[in-house]
Amino acid sequence: MNIKLSRFNGGIHLDDHKAESLTRPLQIASLPEQLILPLKQHIGESNKPLINVGDRVLRGQLIAGSSSPISAPVHAPTSGIVSAIGPHLVPHASGQSADCIIIDVDFKDESIEFESIDSSQMQAAAMIDHIRRLGIVGLGGASFPTSPKLSRGIDLGIHTLIINGVECEPYITCDDSLMQNQTDEIVRGIGYLQRMLTPTKTLIGIEDNKPKAIKAITLALQAHTELTNTAVVSIPTLYPSGGEKQLIQILTGNEIPTGRLAFDIGIFCQNVGTCVAITQALELNHPLMSRTVTVSGDGIHQPGNWIVRLGTPIKHLIKLAGGYVEDSLNTANNAQQHLVMGGPMMGFSLSSDSVPIVKASNNILVMQQQLIAQKTGPHDECVRCGKCAEVCPAQLLPQQLYWHSRSKEYDKVAEYNLFDCIECGCCSAVCPSEIPLVQYYRASKGEIRAAQQATFKSDRARIRFEFREKRLLLKKQQEEEKRRLKRETLLKKSAAKKTDSQALDPVQAALARIKAKKGEQLSPPKNITSLTPDQQQQINEADARRRAAREQKA
Amino acid sequence: MTSVIVSSPYVSQSQSLRRLMINVIIGLIPGTLAYVWFFGPGILINILIAVLFALGFEAFILWLRKKPIKPHLNDYSAVVTGWLFALCLPTHSVWWLIVVGIAFAIIAGKHLYGGLGFNPFNPAMVGYVVLLISFPREMTSWHLPIPMSGNAYGFIDSLKFALGMGNSSWDALSAATPLDHVKTALRQDIPISEIYQAPLFGKLGGIGWEWISAGWLIGGLWMLMNKTIRWHIPVALLGSLGSIALIFYLIDGETATSPLFHWLSGGAMLGAFFIATDPVSAATTNTGRICYGVLIGLLIYVIRNWGGYPDGVAFAVLLANMCVPLIDYYTRPKVYGTQ
Repeated sequence: MNIKLSRFNGGIHLDDHKAESLTRPLQIASLPEQLILPLKQHIGESNKPLINVGDRVLRGQLIAGSSSPISAPVHAPTSGIVSAIGPHLVPHASGQSADCIIIDVDFKDESIEFESIDSSQMQAAAMIDHIRRLGIVGLGGASFPTSPKLSRGIDLGIHTLIINGVECEPYITCDDSLMQNQTDEIVRGIGYLQRMLTPTKTLIGIEDNKPKAIKAITLALQAHTELTNTAVVSIPTLYPSGGEKQLIQILTGNEIPTGRLAFDIGIFCQNVGTCVAITQALELNHPLMSRTVTVSGDGIHQPGNWIVRLGTPIKHLIKLAGGYVEDSLNTANNAQQHLVMGGPMMGFSLSSDSVPIVKASNNILVMQQQLIAQKTGPHDECVRCGKCAEVCPAQLLPQQLYWHSRSKEYDKVAEYNLFDCIECGCCSAVCPSEIPLVQYYRASKGEIRAAQQATFKSDRARIRFEFREKRLLLKKQQEEEKRRLKRETLLKKSAAKKTDSQALDPVQAALARIKAKKGEQLSPPKNITSLTPDQQQQINEADARRRAAREQKA
Repeated sequence: MTSVIVSSPYVSQSQSLRRLMINVIIGLIPGTLAYVWFFGPGILINILIAVLFALGFEAFILWLRKKPIKPHLNDYSAVVTGWLFALCLPTHSVWWLIVVGIAFAIIAGKHLYGGLGFNPFNPAMVGYVVLLISFPREMTSWHLPIPMSGNAYGFIDSLKFALGMGNSSWDALSAATPLDHVKTALRQDIPISEIYQAPLFGKLGGIGWEWISAGWLIGGLWMLMNKTIRWHIPVALLGSLGSIALIFYLIDGETATSPLFHWLSGGAMLGAFFIATDPVSAATTNTGRICYGVLIGLLIYVIRNWGGYPDGVAFAVLLANMCVPLIDYYTRPKVYGTQ
């Protein structure tokens, strides 16, 4: 296959420090006394524990799960007794605790009976279901559950499958050693992915600073003729070539539109480590119980790669790697080094070496404290030299983002596409003023998300309030309508009564009544019917006087 | 065990700000040496006074603003400002002129806007323009280069001049700069070929000036090589200045000077590599820097030919500084994944 490589903007050449951890062969790490298994080791919904404190668990036994489609169950990596289920420090940038299942290891390493499985005739849906049940997540670092990603990929249709063996961060060599040691499992895993996704071509991207891995995979591909249109592509070493967006750009020349994902443009990316996990799930029915981890850095005596059971505390690995190197800052206390999970460019500080290895842990970097101390001092001001913009793989303007982030102008920050920042750290690494730019961007992203949450909440409250107002108004209107109707019916009723007595004209009747009254007054008084002559005489005289007086008046 | 929480990345491979400033100072050395060769040690006295007072005013303002003094003096930005400012002044300037100018540059041009990183205008140019407008006589009294004056301008004499104990015998050595001479002569309708016959002119530009400009060019190319500056602004500036000069030169070579003369005269080279490239006050996107450089180049030509001043670098830079927010806004690069 003839692949024309493209180039992404910027990027930087770093001292790769990869030789240190590759001097020794891949080893299997011994079992620690205790395994600490966070219930949630993936992106998505958290799991619920399915065992109780005091239970004995066996290797491969399901111990935590969830019914949510975006989740990955947890299985016991060895046999032992569940001694606690509760909060424990977990590897997270915030240094927070989370619920974990703690297993006291009994060193018998007894396993459940793994049912035999024949995946040669399996349909895609059955394979995906298997991958879901066996807790497989992307092992490149993001640990997104693999099964929903596969389902979505099949729904949308995939034309290009990209296998990520780039491993561009300094110090990390776990994928390199995996490609050299478990080559066949990787290639078989790619075969399963091809069966599920039916891409027209498959590209395996590996940086050219890993010639052994490139050779191993190329040879294995020749042995597996069932893989069609599959090629190993050696890409120039340049950080961050291993970023999904950058790798896609290098291999296909395509950009993933803002706010979309790779499979929206028909491309599916998977890390080499995930390929091994898929092979083990579909051939041996093994759940994800261990992973390859690099332990490296100048703060450790013997860097190397180990296949580590999930849940192994980091201090156990430190012991396997020969322990901490003493430096000028920690001679007093022989356990003071700077611990980083992940690479030096995108990893995060660990607050303690008691945190466990989880599905996402590809590397433990042990750095001398004195080197870190320099990074925590005050920094110079930005002079807008623009070196950050030159190296930004997302083609952002980090100097402008910094300017607006500092003054908390979040609308401007968004206008300068802050959310397209992949936090690769190139800008910070080249800044002459040593400004921790990525830290400012993370803070701004957090603030913007918090503000969006607040707006969402206040919007909801406003909508509720408006709805209530509307409801009250409606109620009032309904009541008024009711009253109006009632009044109308009453009026109608009275009107009906009036029509009943239509024969008696009210005016006439009133007049008649007045007439009758007047008639009564005109009729002579009733006490004059039986008058004595004397009385008659007096009345006549009185009448005569009244008449005379009236005449006189007139 | 516990350890400090620091945000990634944990590796740094940057040239420090201090290193960049030191590079600029090193880049200034060839041109400064040429300057001393042709005009005597007076320029060194100017630089010394300007740099000392720049540091003094910087420290004073930092103290007033309750900012840490030592780290800010250590970034050498005040040294660069003082040095560049001194290079714009007439070779022999009296001390108070220098102090007034550098005070304005550091206090008003830099710190009133918030200090390094916040000044919209190039501080050295602010100081220079204030002097040019306020003290036109002092600011235009240039002395002849040594090959023409026959006077070596000794160090003691130069120092006396700077301290205000001027040497009256030097009055006779005052002369217009080549740019000034050309401008005045052209207004009198003297053809270029005849103007060039004047003793002030060498092969390509004014005597001495052509070599000083070559010195800035060498220092500038060295800064380009070690990535202290980027190519966009110098190339755009010299390109636009050269292009417009070429057009007029081709139309009529007797009324317009050649592009080479424009490049090698006055402050064009110094401006292209050392002044316009000040990142704080320049445009920050690559396309923006090209626009910014082109604008300065055109303005230099316009001011030199039709303006009231013989040279226009300082005004051109300040005018372009004003356009920077606009330029930056309209030259944002296309972000990954956007249409």
